[in-house]
Amino acid sequence: MLLAGGQGSRLYTLTEKTAKPAVPYGGKYRIIDFPMSNCVNSGIYTVGVLTQYQPLVLNEYIGSGSPWDLDRGQSGATVLPPYQGKDGADWYKGTANAIYQNLNFIRRYDPEYVLILSGDHIYKMDYNKMLEAHKAKGADCTIAVLEVSLEEASRFGIMNTDDDLRIIEFEEKPKVPKSTKASMGIYIFNRDLLERYLIADEADPNSSKDFGKNIIPNMLADGCKMYAYPFSGYWKDVGTIQSLWEANMDLLDENSELDLADRDWRIYSRNNAVPPHFVGNYAKITNSLITEGCEIEGIVENSVLSSGVKVARGAYIKDSVILAGVTIGEGATVNYSIIDSDTTIGAGSVVGRTRSADEQITVVGSDLNVLPGADIPGGTMVNRAWLQENKLLKE
Amino acid sequence: MSVAGIIFSNIHDNNIPELTRLRTIASVPFACRYRFIDFTLSNMVNSNIYNINLITHLNYQSLMDHIGSGKDWDLARRSGGIKLLPPYITAYASNPNIQYQTRLEALKGVSYSIQKITDEYVVLSDCDVICNVDLNDIIDYHIKTDADITAAVKTMDLTPEQAKINVLYTADAEGRITDILSYPTNFSGRADVALNIVVMKTEYLQEVVLDSVAHNYVSMTRDIMSRNLKHRNYRVYKYDGYFATITSFAEYYAHSMTLLNDPAARAALFNVKNRPIYTKVRNSVPANYGQNASVKNSMIADGCDIQGTVENSILFRGVKVGRNATVKNCILMQDTIVGDGAFLNHVISDKNAVVRDNRMLAGADVQPFYITKGKMI
Repeated sequence: MLLAGGQGSRLYTLTEKTAKPAVPYGGKYRIIDFPMSNCVNSGIYTVGVLTQYQPLVLNEYIGSGSPWDLDRGQSGATVLPPYQGKDGADWYKGTANAIYQNLNFIRRYDPEYVLILSGDHIYKMDYNKMLEAHKAKGADCTIAVLEVSLEEASRFGIMNTDDDLRIIEFEEKPKVPKSTKASMGIYIFNRDLLERYLIADEADPNSSKDFGKNIIPNMLADGCKMYAYPFSGYWKDVGTIQSLWEANMDLLDENSELDLADRDWRIYSRNNAVPPHFVGNYAKITNSLITEGCEIEGIVENSVLSSGVKVARGAYIKDSVILAGVTIGEGATVNYSIIDSDTTIGAGSVVGRTRSADEQITVVGSDLNVLPGADIPGGTMVNRAWLQENKLLKE
Repeated sequence: MSVAGIIFSNIHDNNIPELTRLRTIASVPFACRYRFIDFTLSNMVNSNIYNINLITHLNYQSLMDHIGSGKDWDLARRSGGIKLLPPYITAYASNPNIQYQTRLEALKGVSYSIQKITDEYVVLSDCDVICNVDLNDIIDYHIKTDADITAAVKTMDLTPEQAKINVLYTADAEGRITDILSYPTNFSGRADVALNIVVMKTEYLQEVVLDSVAHNYVSMTRDIMSRNLKHRNYRVYKYDGYFATITSFAEYYAHSMTLLNDPAARAALFNVKNRPIYTKVRNSVPANYGQNASVKNSMIADGCDIQGTVENSILFRGVKVGRNATVKNCILMQDTIVGDGAFLNHVISDKNAVVRDNRMLAGADVQPFYITKGKMI
């Protein structure tokens, strides 16, 4: 069960029209490609995707599940939006409530185990190994954990375990962490037990209907056998502009742990029918990722370009993430920025400032047309209103 | 109005023997990420033709691998979709040697399937017609003129070498065909050249095929069209967009290079609104440019990793160019590896070729140096 309803409000204009799991990443992927591909690569072919916030792009992207070979007769991918039931309609009020509302979906497949995932992270993980550990321990619940630094630990849900990795205490964002095992929001439950706790939690009016806040602590309090499953490898929460930018830049690092080209653990995505990218006579591209459909006549350094980006002659792009269908006009400069899809940056414009320790990332929203000669200072979150206010919007 | 498609996958295999030794002409790689047949299939799908018969003949494994279920062209369908028609040999065949040469012979071989087509019209197309055309224009013209056969042509200037491998039509002012020259050996100059895209009424095609079986006819142009010019309504449809038909290894190279040097040709093929060219999805990562990469005037597919210099070249998916390597005027097919410090000029490498470190290889534009599939040099 993939929780994909997250708003991702700290991604500002990037999640204005799309849910966080549908945010583009790495040239031709969306965040949700990672958990979806992990499922398929782990041999899990029944995936319920729970959507809520701005589901249009996400629904269209998942479609029949065909990019991940999840368009199957017997199982496959199923999009599960909130729905109207006999006793009225309800939004998903929390992660636990979202699963509770779809217990019927789970019952239809009558599984022994339920894997709960979120669509917010970039990582490659074999869930099957985690399930094997779960079975080997005879656990009621297994939670994937990541070793984080002691300073970071106070931002996460922290698992305190004994030597056998059995969880003895769970603390949500502790001020003084006792351990550095952070929950990754990946849970395996024995299905009967999960069902029982979800039903009990739903009946509790004081519950906030959340796995981390309610279900896990309740199970711990009842003495359920709960184990941590240590994960090592690349893992990135792309919940902020800064972390999304960093995750993209990690792909340009030759020594990065994340290898998307690994044919043994492929990350699948929906591919558009676009021609190969074309590099012109005046182009200069170094240390960058360029996706199909791009046409490049300018200079691109240390950047990630999604499909169909047009970079005119004399334009200069550095340390930036440019999403699909963007046009960068002649002589324009884009520095330390994220430009959302289908936006046009007018000729000679300057977007963002040279990257430095105290400079902020500039973000330009989607479907905007920035006037030629515009100057957008570093750290600005540019949307339609901002452009209108500064008289830089070309209608 | 419903239209079926028939594609001949082997018809020009002899034109580029280098590239068709291990595959049909239909599956010859072209333009970074496509196979020849992608253009024909996409033209049909983009013209709402979803019932396609693909006639195969010899060594069609790579073609079957490419097409799969037809899903990547939206041709995996409950009704219609793509149907492969391999040679039909029964255990009791009196003549096991059914190596056909012409399109009509190919059609005779699949006569049973042709008789079952229920669509009103058929478009017959070769698989090596590199263009982006709305077939509905030809079909509409065919219906409007109530023609029996409409052949798409393009007016071109031909050298004697080009003329002798083409079919040339002469038509009157209304577009009615008055004469046909099949592979003339003494012709040069301006002519209406067959694009080998033909529209027919299904009924008429069925009649022609049955008739040909009975009379042992072998050539559509010689045995059917030329004999019936006077009492049948045969028409030409003049197409004037971008079109390439590849009749030799040198032309394969030349047409590939046109895509780099002529933005109009590139746009006419790839940037037509609502008519994208589809191909098999490979799920490659975006192309990676290294710290010292230098790329000019080139087309690069996803999955490439470029650390060296690339100029005037076409790199297919998954090509790796090593540090300090130079690739000029080359076509490097899928997963070719160019070692560190290697120098390549006018080279065409087939799939999975490997050029080792510091190797120097060069051909000429009229005779590119060819590295066969999987070869290590």
